[in-house]
Amino acid sequence: MNHNRGYPETVSEGFDPPPLNFVDGEERSIQIRSYAETSTEFEAIVNMYDQFDPADRAQGIPPSQEDRIRDWLANILDGNCLNVVAWHNDTVAGHATLVPDEEAFELAIFVLQAFQQAGIGTQLVNALLGYGAAQDVSKVWLTVERWNHAAVALYEKVGFEMCETESFEIEMSIRLAADE
Amino acid sequence: MRVLVGVNGSPDSIQALEKSVRRAAMFDENVTIAILDTPETDKSRGEIKNEVRSVIENEDITANITHLEGNPGSRLVEYAESEDFDHLIIGGGETSPMGKIQISSLAEFVLLNSHVTVTLVR
Repeated sequence: MNHNRGYPETVSEGFDPPPLNFVDGEERSIQIRSYAETSTEFEAIVNMYDQFDPADRAQGIPPSQEDRIRDWLANILDGNCLNVVAWHNDTVAGHATLVPDEEAFELAIFVLQAFQQAGIGTQLVNALLGYGAAQDVSKVWLTVERWNHAAVALYEKVGFEMCETESFEIEMSIRLAADE
Repeated sequence: MRVLVGVNGSPDSIQALEKSVRRAAMFDENVTIAILDTPETDKSRGEIKNEVRSVIENEDITANITHLEGNPGSRLVEYAESEDFDHLIIGGGETSPMGKIQISSLAEFVLLNSHVTVTLVR
């Protein structure tokens, strides 16, 4: 795709690998764990995306029908990707993933509507980047729709920098380790 | 219906062409294929033309092939308007490893500037 994507020179550090336990802005206890590759966890994640508000879709994901959700998840909950899941008891409140590209990883996060605006997204990114750094991921990129100011602000807060702003979607990137 | 399909050799442009000629064969539409210059694809113009020909051969249609040199978006829009096409068809974007749809700069330009009806093929 974009082979000339730029990355910051500065390494961003200090992210907390999972598991992370915290109380969210609505006084709910949340635990973020790495995905355990069990059918119970898989089904709980399918269930979250089944309830996802179509208005919160971005660039075609998550898909809106259950069979398509399953196909998509089978792809990104695969062993080559890094996934963290935010749990409230047995309910999935959010999910974040790093999917390998040629030389880097593409990041995306999703928080179920009922759990939005309570700080869970920030912690999901924190945990995912901590997990990535621990797994020797050095470069991460993402795209975000330019009108999604809340997401852009969140990504900037953790250290992402804009690298492509000419198109409908803004591209941002972060460096977790220096090049070898 | 006179239909213009813009092809730059990218996977989504070839897919758009395949669907367009299938439809054109069904509805007896007149298809013109414009091969565009793009720095993004490594394919030569000849390679793209061969791909286009092999797609057309599979369907029972007659299609014209033309080359548009220069800026792909502006040349395509200009050609569609000056030649009075009814409909302009282009690829609908690539999908990232994550599954996110990403619109090409060509598609952005065409959507914002074309006065001819545009279809993005998915």
